[in-house]
Amino acid sequence: MIMINSNFYGGIHPEDSKTSTNTKKILNLRPPKKAIIPLLQHTGTLCEPLVNIGDIVKVGQKIGDAQAFISAPVHATISGKVADICPMLHPLGTKVISIIVESDGADTWAIEETKREWKTIEPEQIKHIIREAGVVGLGGAAFPTHVKLSPPENKKIDTYILNGAECEPFLTADHRLMLEYAKQVVAGLKILMKATNVKKGIIGIERNKPDAFRKIADEINKEPDVNINVISLKVKYPQGAEKQLIKALLKREVPSGGLPMDVGAIVSNVGTSFAVYESVVERKPLVERIVTVTGEGIRNPQNLRVRIGTPFSNLIEACEGVKEEIGKIIMGGPMMGIVQRTADVPVIKGTSGILVQTKDNVCDEPEECCIRCGNCAKVCPMKILPNVITNLVKNDRFEHAKEYGLLDCMECGACTYVCPARIPIVQYIKYGKTKMSLRGA
Amino acid sequence: MNNNNQLLSLSISPHIHSNLSVKKIMRDVIIALAPALGMGVYFFGIQALYTIVISTSTALITEAVISKIRGRKTISNGSAIVTGLLLAMIIPPGAPLWLPAVGSACAIALGKEVFGGLGRNIFNPALIGRAILMASWPTFMTTWLAPQPGWFRRIDSITSATPLAIVKLNLTQELPSYWNLFIGNVGGCIGETSAFALLLGAIFLFIRKRISWHVPVSYIGCVALLSWIFGKDGGLFTGDALFSILSGGLILGAFFMATDYVTTPITPKGKIIFGLGAGIIVVMIRLKGGYPEGVAYSILLMNAVTPLIDRWKWTIPKRIPPLKGD
Repeated sequence: MIMINSNFYGGIHPEDSKTSTNTKKILNLRPPKKAIIPLLQHTGTLCEPLVNIGDIVKVGQKIGDAQAFISAPVHATISGKVADICPMLHPLGTKVISIIVESDGADTWAIEETKREWKTIEPEQIKHIIREAGVVGLGGAAFPTHVKLSPPENKKIDTYILNGAECEPFLTADHRLMLEYAKQVVAGLKILMKATNVKKGIIGIERNKPDAFRKIADEINKEPDVNINVISLKVKYPQGAEKQLIKALLKREVPSGGLPMDVGAIVSNVGTSFAVYESVVERKPLVERIVTVTGEGIRNPQNLRVRIGTPFSNLIEACEGVKEEIGKIIMGGPMMGIVQRTADVPVIKGTSGILVQTKDNVCDEPEECCIRCGNCAKVCPMKILPNVITNLVKNDRFEHAKEYGLLDCMECGACTYVCPARIPIVQYIKYGKTKMSLRGA
Repeated sequence: MNNNNQLLSLSISPHIHSNLSVKKIMRDVIIALAPALGMGVYFFGIQALYTIVISTSTALITEAVISKIRGRKTISNGSAIVTGLLLAMIIPPGAPLWLPAVGSACAIALGKEVFGGLGRNIFNPALIGRAILMASWPTFMTTWLAPQPGWFRRIDSITSATPLAIVKLNLTQELPSYWNLFIGNVGGCIGETSAFALLLGAIFLFIRKRISWHVPVSYIGCVALLSWIFGKDGGLFTGDALFSILSGGLILGAFFMATDYVTTPITPKGKIIFGLGAGIIVVMIRLKGGYPEGVAYSILLMNAVTPLIDRWKWTIPKRIPPLKGD
């Protein structure tokens, strides 16, 4: 067992609030009567529909795809009839063309049942399978995995990192996955290492998940000649942010504006590794994922395995519904999650959790004037001065803000969490970034 | 779902917040000032207590009136109390009671609110109050009572000189011992004499991580070093560094005024420059200037250059460098 104390700059220690779900087994949620499958569930190009209204589809059938390299196909997640293809509200806040499938109740699958032996599959073929299965990063950003596995020739990758930090408070989906599906997670990493021809694998897990750590360690020890280490990490937010994880595990600093591959690493979420295993070995495209439904507004928080396209409201009902006064419905964790206008939006590939806050949980203290305490700068893992950038953005001095590192910000929210004047720093920074991109800078 | 008739809150992440607030920071500062205020009342009697009460209540009233005019609700954050207490601490005991009232009103109105309130002021408000009193009523501001230990007594009007004045003006009075300087049994402003009580409060602020070491260490270190080098006319390296630290308002200024968030630099390097600059000014005023003491002016002058220090590239922490050769 390797414990490391190496660290990244800044960071915070919010209450982890994981106890309401971290001991609860993953439950399978019944497929919904109607699935809403957005044609954009990833970072990249929007898919074109491959079916027409009225077509009959089976589970796992590809129903949307794009020619572009940075994209990922989408699949039918229930069997039935295509009821409509129209713009629907997406959890990211905009309307996105979505395929609406009405269930026939039979749940017939379009895939072969026989398992594949991954060790005999060539790396290029593995990448192709992963692409066709629509696998994207399941940690939240939903970057197409096959793109990550194809770095340019001049980038030499020596380490494949699996991210099991799950540093967002409340979320336990990755924790439960590692605990209950350690074998698949570790096998998924081996497949990813083969696909990229990387000889060294690391699984990083925060110290607050000792049971998952042991499970993964046992699994690794079954095949000791493969160079995979599991490393226990400090509990600190944002430990699971790509660049911070690389700093802690490899002591390498990803350059400003750069990617993990610039320092010889690829990072994937443990959930992604599981999806890779399922697609390569079980031939299952990405049609379901594990979602933690939690928060003080939920009567009976759970970890659910759900079909993609299931409305949030189904998941909330499966957890015995909400308490009286709910304040916010959030997709993801409390630090970086995206707030929802309604619970009618569907689960997408990047939905790691649904957090329901009560009215009392909602922070709505008014913004005060910055007192220049400097706490934001102390906790910023990207070593920028959030308060200075905020002031520049407030004065529309975006170019100047960029000089201070506006674009380095990954919006982890640590600065806003500690700000005594309750300034919504992340909001100002997002606004500044949007303005910069509108100017084409 | 029963949320159909409920309005959901919408906001950008994060959706949780630490319980730190401006109010809590101010509360910690008030707690940290308490020991020194207590020692002030112990040595300078009930008059000191009156000064403290009047200064603080005037600060609150002024803040209330101005925030009413400006249509803001800033009174509850407690910063006016801090300003009122700090001003009382830098007024001589036995000064007429309208003096803290005028000073405190000026501190809040002209030191803070005219700039747009807490966070926008350039100068430390309490020091602005003191500077105005010094310029307007210099006699009241330089008449000192001898310390007379005891709780809540009306002390006698026995005048005394501050240790720095004894040195500056070559008075015949005997210099106090280090022990008396340390516990505060010397002439001086209400809250500045007891190094012991001030350090107690400073330790509390360090433990609570409200202040960092950068300004106090560079400021006090600089004063000590320069006083040791140039302190005596007799020759270099013969000055009394410990005396220069313990006498006057250096400890109060270094831990409670030069660490004010709003008016001092944000970055560690900037804070060190601030401390060194203030230290040089203190020693110049004490040795060559017209006043025996220079802490207040040293901090005010460095407040003025704080925006410049903050903008100086060298003080900005190094960010993660971009990729080379791409």
